[in-house]
Amino acid sequence: MMEEVDVEPAVTNIPAASDGKHLGFAWGPGDILVYETLYKASVAQGSGCSFIHEVRKDEDIYSPNLRKLFNESHHIFVGLQTIREDLPSKNKKPQFVSISKNYRSVIRACMEELQQVAVSTKDAEVATQYGNQVSILLAIELIWNLCEVLFIDAAPAGSLLLHLLDWVRLHKADVDEKAAEVLQSESPAEHHDYWDVVVSYVLQGRLEEARQMLVKQATLHPAARKMYKLMDTLLSKMPFYNPGGTQTLTEFDVKWRHWHGEVNRCLQDNSFASNQHLEIICKIIVGDEDTLLEHKELLSTWYHFLVTRLLFSHPTVKPTELHYYAQSCMTMFLDARSVPEPLDNILLAAFEFDIHQVIKECSIALNNWWFVAHLTDLLDHCKLLQSHNLHFGSNLREFLLLEYASGLFTHHSLWQLAVDYFDNCPEFGRVYLGLQIEHIPLDTERKALKVLRICEQRQMSEQVRSICKIMAMRALRNNRLGSALSWSIRAKDAAFATLISERFLQDYCTRGTFSDLDLIDNLGPAMLLSDRLTFLGKYREFHKLYGEKRFSEAAKLLLSLMTAKIAPRSFWMTLLTDALPLLEQKEVIFSADQTHELMFCLEELTSSLNHSAPGTDKPTQDEDIEQTKVELLRLALARNLAMAIIKEGTIEA
Amino acid sequence: MFVARSIAADHKDLIHDVSYDFHGRRMATCSSDQSVKVWDKSENGEWHCTASWKTHSGSVWRVTWAHPEFGQVLASCSFDRTAAVWEEIVGESNDKQRGLSHWIKRTTLVDSRTSVTDVKFAPKHMGLMLTTCSADGVVRIYEAPDVMNLSQWSLQHEISCKLSCSCISWNPSSSRAHQPMFAVGSDDSNVTYSGKVQIYEYNENTRKYAKAETLMTVTDAVHDIAFAPNLGRSFHVLAIATKDVRIFKLVPMRKESASTGPTKLEVQIVAQFDNHNSQVWRVSWNITSTLLASSGDDGCVRLWKANYMDNWKCTGILKGDGSPLTGSSGQPTAMSTVVGSSVQTSQNALNGMSSRSELTASHASH
Repeated sequence: MMEEVDVEPAVTNIPAASDGKHLGFAWGPGDILVYETLYKASVAQGSGCSFIHEVRKDEDIYSPNLRKLFNESHHIFVGLQTIREDLPSKNKKPQFVSISKNYRSVIRACMEELQQVAVSTKDAEVATQYGNQVSILLAIELIWNLCEVLFIDAAPAGSLLLHLLDWVRLHKADVDEKAAEVLQSESPAEHHDYWDVVVSYVLQGRLEEARQMLVKQATLHPAARKMYKLMDTLLSKMPFYNPGGTQTLTEFDVKWRHWHGEVNRCLQDNSFASNQHLEIICKIIVGDEDTLLEHKELLSTWYHFLVTRLLFSHPTVKPTELHYYAQSCMTMFLDARSVPEPLDNILLAAFEFDIHQVIKECSIALNNWWFVAHLTDLLDHCKLLQSHNLHFGSNLREFLLLEYASGLFTHHSLWQLAVDYFDNCPEFGRVYLGLQIEHIPLDTERKALKVLRICEQRQMSEQVRSICKIMAMRALRNNRLGSALSWSIRAKDAAFATLISERFLQDYCTRGTFSDLDLIDNLGPAMLLSDRLTFLGKYREFHKLYGEKRFSEAAKLLLSLMTAKIAPRSFWMTLLTDALPLLEQKEVIFSADQTHELMFCLEELTSSLNHSAPGTDKPTQDEDIEQTKVELLRLALARNLAMAIIKEGTIEA
Repeated sequence: MFVARSIAADHKDLIHDVSYDFHGRRMATCSSDQSVKVWDKSENGEWHCTASWKTHSGSVWRVTWAHPEFGQVLASCSFDRTAAVWEEIVGESNDKQRGLSHWIKRTTLVDSRTSVTDVKFAPKHMGLMLTTCSADGVVRIYEAPDVMNLSQWSLQHEISCKLSCSCISWNPSSSRAHQPMFAVGSDDSNVTYSGKVQIYEYNENTRKYAKAETLMTVTDAVHDIAFAPNLGRSFHVLAIATKDVRIFKLVPMRKESASTGPTKLEVQIVAQFDNHNSQVWRVSWNITSTLLASSGDDGCVRLWKANYMDNWKCTGILKGDGSPLTGSSGQPTAMSTVVGSSVQTSQNALNGMSSRSELTASHASH
């Protein structure tokens, strides 16, 4: 069970007064603003210090060097989620191991890049900063690798030690550097680091390389040739378990004990007594703890000590036995003064197969959720979390993924990666995504469209509506009617579409032309969103027809706008006025029936105007203009009617 | 955590409130100097003051943004017994070039007889609705029926809480399962009405707000109150700033079929922290409601977080270090943005890891 570890909260200093003042704050996306204030101040304070401080937490997501880490691990994460659930476990294990290795190689690649910068920069502060990041990544990779060996690959006794040996070798590269230096020197066997290299090789179980080094020493001391030969033989005969071979673990154990006995006899025989170095090596390979501990500097960590000790005293160690050895090795290695560091506790928890403790300690120690989120997700896929408690396990995975993804969301471009993480959190992913995606600043139309597409793909209709509304409002405020209209249509906001259509029509009335013709011409079915919008579209269509000289079609449309009540009454006068040029054409365009209908409309309009006229305070000048228009129309309609009747009554010759 | 940037706010008196807009690209500040300033964040992260104007004839206590669906709209409330609504007018192009914008007053709400202590917009799904609370113990809810005409507001509800009010918070949940709900906090020292937090819920039958619950266990003055954003939970979470920080869980109980009153709420206390050592003045949730921040008499801001087992603890403290920045004040629209030197936190546990000798930078590639 996970007991709560009481870690003191970190204190961040703010350049502000510490006495007699309060700190006010305001949450922002990804940061918190803090300022000096005084709650319940009764008198004016004078400005004091009126600074507002932007306080941020996660620096990692802003680091351009880690960008690749986030991008590539995202790719691996998404791939992992698609592994089919129904495959039997034994087919999946190699896949999971492979995925684990992918994650680790991404970490290593990132580390290498950072390392290069750290080494090549002239700026001391940058070098330190990058150096720190490298250290952290190293620790992460170390932990991940161990988790892979113990939990994912879950090597049984025999293979277990071999994997652990690989693990230690991978994380102790300084041996190779030293060796290279020694070998490149004039006389390697006389190099002051020579024996350190040999011993280091032995400690890591790299006996072949140790033997090759020893040859160089042997040639320098022909007198001691027999001793060197003996050592060479012992080293070459050390049995290593071969998991793919036919030998069983028991058989290997027997063989190993036999070899171990032989080494011991050499020690008892004082075969190497005259050469202190060879004596030491002999003691090491027989597994003498004291000798191993004398080489703390070369081992440098208690877990190297652990693996070496197991290699030379208990190579058939079982997974369940590890924790006992781990604990004792750590105790032996760290002297009384030193306190185990977080990394030590994490590794120890891993050796104890306490996955939850590993995750918990990592969560506490690390600044960023990246590591625990991805590792936990992988372990969950391996069904390793569920063995404790089903509900508990999946909650933990989601919790960590949600934390990680929420952190990404505040970044101006990484937020897109976060979407996939939310998608793979079945319980809360959708609601978290819905909530956070609304807050993404819609700086450009392109970005808004990107955000929209994501919402539309997930049927987040409320978010779609809201984003479109925000964009429409913004466009309207800036008098970009076309953009506003197009956003309202997308928002399916009928009320707003009506409002904007009114504006368009008002614009037309004052200026005589339409703006944003392209948009209005291509409304398509969206036209039906609101009556006013439909009218706008159709009215524009009328103008088009007229422009193309398709007069009878235009006439028909114009009439229908009134008879079908598509046009608002307030616009009828304008429409009738638009009819005038059609009535005054040499050719008869409106049929007799149509003319009757127009007349009817005109009467309807004038009678309603008359009803409102008495008592209203209209300036007579306007009234006059209206009256003139009406008379003109009546005249034109009458003339047209006469001509239409004649035309329709005439038999075509 | 670290100070990424320090902005010289240039107010001539105490700042009482700072409010980020919905997208985090603008902020508004208000002060005892009776003015409100609006700041815009540029692409490179710097803040520029794009407007600064006198808003009231007394200290301005709070300033808040309406949802961007309603345009660029601010509301402020003041000691001068009024609340006001402001709208940004898209200015002349030369103004834009100079990076300035204009805000005009759309309405003044003068119904209160005492200092207006808080002003908040209701959740957007309720339309454009503004709520104020005053020292006279009245909560007022106003509505602008036509969002294109912000000079028309009507007082829809006037709720007398019997206690002087200091703060209000709307439940942000827009779920159909819940009726609109808000909480009011009181800093009244009245002993007769000892419960200092009241929860009101809208009743669609009576078309009025009715009290659903009084938190009787909160008997000390309440200075701030905040509902957490709802993340698909069936219950509500409310944080309270009083003599300590308290977090409550309000669980709606199943309604009996005939019941027409407000939903019965089961009140459970989830956490209580007295680390601030005396009065807590503000509480506020971050966007995902995973972090709660509080500010108290100890001059600190504390951050609280729940782990996945729902255990709450303090995960960070922001504290004045006693050496405030001395800024250049004087130019009214000057934006002296000082990029603060990263005042690094006390070393985080993991940094201990980096001192291990084998983990230092000498590793070659593998």
